[in-house]
Amino acid sequence: MLWGAIYALVAVGLSLIWGVMGVLNLAHGDFLMLGMFGAYWLATLLGIDPLIGLLIVAPAMFLLALGIHKSLITRVIKAPRLTALLATFGLGIFLRNLAHFLWTADYRLIGNTLVGDRVITVSILGGTNFISVPKLLAAGGSLATTALLYWFIKHTKTGRALQATAMNRQAAALMGIDTERMYMLAYSLGIACVSVAGVLLTNFFIIFPEVGVMFVLYALVAVTIGGFGSIQGALVGGLIIGLIESIGGFVGIPALKQALVFAVFVIVVVLRPQGLFGWAD
Amino acid sequence: MGRLKPLMVRQPRIFWRKNYIFIVAFALLLALPFIFTARFQHHVMIKVLMFAFLGCAWNIIGGYTGQVALGHAAFFGIGAYTSSLCYIWFGLNPWFGMLLGGVLAVAVSAGINYPCFRLHGRYFAIATLALGMIIRLLFTNWRLVGGALGVRLPLLPESLWNFQFHTTKLPYYYITLVFCALIFALLYKIERSKLGFYLRAIKESEEAAKSLGIDVAKYKLVAMSISVFFTAMAGTIYAQYVLYIDPISLMPLMTSILICVVPVVGGAGTLWGPALGAPILMVAIEYSRAWLGGGGRGVDYMIVGAIMVAIIFRPAGLISFFQGPRFRQWWKRIRG
Repeated sequence: MLWGAIYALVAVGLSLIWGVMGVLNLAHGDFLMLGMFGAYWLATLLGIDPLIGLLIVAPAMFLLALGIHKSLITRVIKAPRLTALLATFGLGIFLRNLAHFLWTADYRLIGNTLVGDRVITVSILGGTNFISVPKLLAAGGSLATTALLYWFIKHTKTGRALQATAMNRQAAALMGIDTERMYMLAYSLGIACVSVAGVLLTNFFIIFPEVGVMFVLYALVAVTIGGFGSIQGALVGGLIIGLIESIGGFVGIPALKQALVFAVFVIVVVLRPQGLFGWAD
Repeated sequence: MGRLKPLMVRQPRIFWRKNYIFIVAFALLLALPFIFTARFQHHVMIKVLMFAFLGCAWNIIGGYTGQVALGHAAFFGIGAYTSSLCYIWFGLNPWFGMLLGGVLAVAVSAGINYPCFRLHGRYFAIATLALGMIIRLLFTNWRLVGGALGVRLPLLPESLWNFQFHTTKLPYYYITLVFCALIFALLYKIERSKLGFYLRAIKESEEAAKSLGIDVAKYKLVAMSISVFFTAMAGTIYAQYVLYIDPISLMPLMTSILICVVPVVGGAGTLWGPALGAPILMVAIEYSRAWLGGGGRGVDYMIVGAIMVAIIFRPAGLISFFQGPRFRQWWKRIRG
């Protein structure tokens, strides 16, 4: 269940980028991986706990995303659809295998973190449940970040400008909004979100170059279920996936829970392509 | 090429002038294994041809029809599994298993892809990608077909009938080459047929195609079926070549992506696209893996990723270098 919140945060970034720029950032999961590795190296080399490292990694990823946007994504926006899709996918594959090259495919884990392996014992309905603190923290942090982003978009001037750019680029430009900068902001914010999710994950999850693949696929599913370009949709979509996964793992064969998630996705996509909160493309 | 003798009959001369590029290319490919004789070089050439074949198959749905399917590895796997299991269970000859695999893949694709034809662009891409993942997960957890361990084909005396060769890789090369030539000829025909025009009309604008009376869903299904049928056939060739199949090496996301990238690098929706893309990608992958790879360090796929990113600088693919007016002039001057 708690996983749902993390999927949601990954999905929210993806949805933001899609909503504002119309670019499907298939490299999203690999930015998550980069964020995780960032936290890992800060922890191993400098002894900075991931929770503090968050304050370093997220801005760093923001800057990295700025650079990638400047050099690459501005071109991707103008490219034909198929090439744009493959370009972000290629960027992801490149980053993933760069990580393979630099840091090998080993599974890594950060030991001795602040929250460590602590467990809260809760008794619900007479039974005792164990909730691990890192997971709870990651879920809470993800929800908080999503809420922050939501507040930023709905209640600040820059956020409104982002919304306007998403709705109609030309009209927004005519109103005096620097849409190029909005694109940059959307992309970097999306990447910053996913790197926050990545850093929060490092408290309890293994770090390896291929880690992003599953997350980006789940984020795609979440975004599609929720509706492309909708923040609340992505949040709900992420939570639904968490739910499906936990129910599927509980009732059916655990190994097939991923297949179940994708099956739900295909059903949603066929029945309601615009998603729960989205509008038709 | 100088003037041909006037005594020569007209028919073959036209055939030669129209098709000399194909004939020269085919002759070159026939001779190629004797120019590069090392076993590894043969392996690379087989890989190149196999992906050219797969790229041609994908081109029908992804290139000509413009429906970017990203789950073709699943059908590649279905083809490999069908022929292999039919041989192990029923003793069915792999050549028939190949056809059966194709038919089965068409049936599966009709069942699962048909509902997706309503989707456009990226939604279709992601839906097919998810379906491909589901099929892979099912195969990984399906005890009956070997699960994650896969299937090992029994060794048989080498012969064309058994579709197994152990002493040399050459027969596999020539078999794949023949299949490539077949699909090339088929695509050549399709490009000039009514079907080809229908498919390209669907690519340009579905609404316009519909308003002209083209049954869009039907022709998408036709294109997908042809595409999937050949993809499954390639699966059988692969299974007979490696003699061991498992879902992890057979149907990873990367195979689906490569099947799509090969024609796109060369030029999606063109006859020569896959033929241009396959050698570049596969040679880069295989050689970087052999020289720099050591221990799965990912240089091979880094190159693939970089190439995929580079496509945005030339969205029409490499073929566009040969289509400009300057190239035409230069070519005319060379031919005299």
